[in-house]
Amino acid sequence: MKRTIPILVVLAALLAAMAVVNPFFLEPAGFLAFVKRAAPLVILAAGQYFVIVSGEFDLSVGSLVTVEVVVAARLIDGQESATWWVLLLLVAIGALVGLVNGLVTTLLSVPSFITTLGMLLILSGAVFLWTGGAPRGALSQAFRVFGRGDLGPVPWSVVILVVVAAAAVLLMRADFGKRLMATGDNDRAAALSGVRVARTRILAFVLSGLAAAVAGILLGGFAGVSAQVGQGLEFSAITAVVLGGVVLGGGRGSVVAAMAGAFSLEALFALLNLYGISGPLEYTVQGVIIIAAVAAGAAQFPSRLRAST
Amino acid sequence: MSRRQSLSPLVVTAAVSVLLAAGCTSDRPPGATGATTSASASAGSGAATEGANTGEQSKFFVQADFDAQLAMRGKEAQGPADRPWEQAIDPKMVSTADYKKKAGDRHLCFSNAAVNNPWRQVGWKSMQAEVALHKEITKFTALDAEGKDDKQISDIAELQGQGCDALIVSPNTTATLTPAVQAACEKVPVIVFDRGVQTDCPVTFINPIGGYAFGADGAEFLVEKVPAGGKVLALRILPGVDVLETRWSAAKVIFDQSKLDVVGVEFTDGDAAKTKSIVSDYIQRHGKIDGVWMDAGATAVAAVEAFEDAGQPVPAIVGEDQQDFLQKWKQEGLTAIAPTYPTYQWRTPIIAALKILNGEEVPETWKLPQPKITAENLDKYLQPNMPPLHYAMCGCETMPGFPANWGGK
Repeated sequence: MKRTIPILVVLAALLAAMAVVNPFFLEPAGFLAFVKRAAPLVILAAGQYFVIVSGEFDLSVGSLVTVEVVVAARLIDGQESATWWVLLLLVAIGALVGLVNGLVTTLLSVPSFITTLGMLLILSGAVFLWTGGAPRGALSQAFRVFGRGDLGPVPWSVVILVVVAAAAVLLMRADFGKRLMATGDNDRAAALSGVRVARTRILAFVLSGLAAAVAGILLGGFAGVSAQVGQGLEFSAITAVVLGGVVLGGGRGSVVAAMAGAFSLEALFALLNLYGISGPLEYTVQGVIIIAAVAAGAAQFPSRLRAST
Repeated sequence: MSRRQSLSPLVVTAAVSVLLAAGCTSDRPPGATGATTSASASAGSGAATEGANTGEQSKFFVQADFDAQLAMRGKEAQGPADRPWEQAIDPKMVSTADYKKKAGDRHLCFSNAAVNNPWRQVGWKSMQAEVALHKEITKFTALDAEGKDDKQISDIAELQGQGCDALIVSPNTTATLTPAVQAACEKVPVIVFDRGVQTDCPVTFINPIGGYAFGADGAEFLVEKVPAGGKVLALRILPGVDVLETRWSAAKVIFDQSKLDVVGVEFTDGDAAKTKSIVSDYIQRHGKIDGVWMDAGATAVAAVEAFEDAGQPVPAIVGEDQQDFLQKWKQEGLTAIAPTYPTYQWRTPIIAALKILNGEEVPETWKLPQPKITAENLDKYLQPNMPPLHYAMCGCETMPGFPANWGGK
């Protein structure tokens, strides 16, 4: 839990800064609008956390999100009746892509960096081939409710986020979480103590794929069909996880901190936008964060400085 | 170990806040300057100070071209009114007797910059359909450069060895492709369309009136529809692209002369979610936005939805001729306009090539009319059977294979 505190402090500071710049943020509607906007990235970060804490990467989530949205639009094509089976199919696609990532990484011993980079290229190429750059079809109203509509005063995406977050926390508290942590910390030791390392990692990839499916459903619902919807999301998710103090290489870090990292990143982007700084600088900020966070994790600070914090 | 890790977010925050501070005070890249200063400067000021909020003029702006394009909008195009892709504004005809070939089979070649967006998709379909209309074209060789200059340069070189009777080029970028086009001109009659090249060696250069007219059409509409002092948000895709810079720079000139308050100029990257977020932020910050100007219509529906989701009436808005926007416009009875960059221009190069090979005169600079869709003619262009990103101004409705080949039902 201690590890979670710094990112929560950061998040609180960013939220306070937002409230100063934009008082509407303090009203329930304004705050919920922010949570709604952050929900897809937070869910992706939770998925990415499972993979990273098991000692791997998942670079394919951004293009997977695009695939989900483009496939949904093409298959639903505006018919309300198609909504539910397409939703199920999307979840299955997410799980399948995660499964393939996991199998290739573990059974074929391909480093996950390469596996998922390859998957990113395969998926984005496939989307382009299938759509020719212009997605067809349209999403149904029932589909879009999840990203756009409200359940009473609360946006649906916030409800879904709460459910996903609770599930993620419970998973990490269960035996699975301990096995995952052990795998990421030292897979040899974990294997010797009876953890089925490959199976654990495969499951982590499947969870990341599922998270991408949910994020895709929310993003497609929020803003409609686009062939660029998932662009760069893999880096945002990894940045969020790293910002949450989760160690690349695995074995350390909490899922709550990873999600708080995603909220912080989203708050930072919103803040940059409120100050009128946006566009390319967002990438710069992410780059600085990734390097600074990993450097801070690796640097040896003098003990006095350490004590003072 | 754990202590060391736990430091990282704090260190990061420090780093980021330094970056933030730097971003606020130091020089920014020239392309971004206009937008960023305008947004931050306008956040506090309510008064509509003329020209203060739109930033510096784009370095792509050329006053003479701006004046010429705006004047061209009012001119009557010559040619059949029901076939605007064959029309030309102020044509200065050139002789093509040198290129005349005896009647018979034609082999046309086409070096295409890319088919990587819906606009180019629609155009490419129309061009293929145009080829199918002419029996004398027995061979049509097309190479797709996939948005890469170097590939297009080698494509053009390769096509020269294919025995083409005429070469059509849609350049990926202007300056880089110029030498390749010059080399091709020496071997075969060349027709350039859409983006230009910096040489007059092609027999004809075909495109619609242009970006200044596009940008001005939208801006003038807002000036007319939004009351003085009204708050206008301008959304651009990205800086530094000439065809988009001209659209914005024309709108800027018109906004600066008006009493409208441009409260922000933002870049959307053409992303619907980002567009919706930006518009939502502006609605929150200003309470009310009275007009939205856009340099392209792909994310116009997302902008409209931001107002709907905020429970506000949709203000006067500028879109483009994509079906999803036209449909929303009709459905919600929006106050809207759709300037166009007609995809029917993809038909013209084929017609031009055949004329040239027959020795008929063609305009040296073939300026096609560039209509705008207004409330009056909306119904004519709204086609509910077409896909959401189909461009209405395709001139393809009577071609064989329509609507199925364009993705319609």
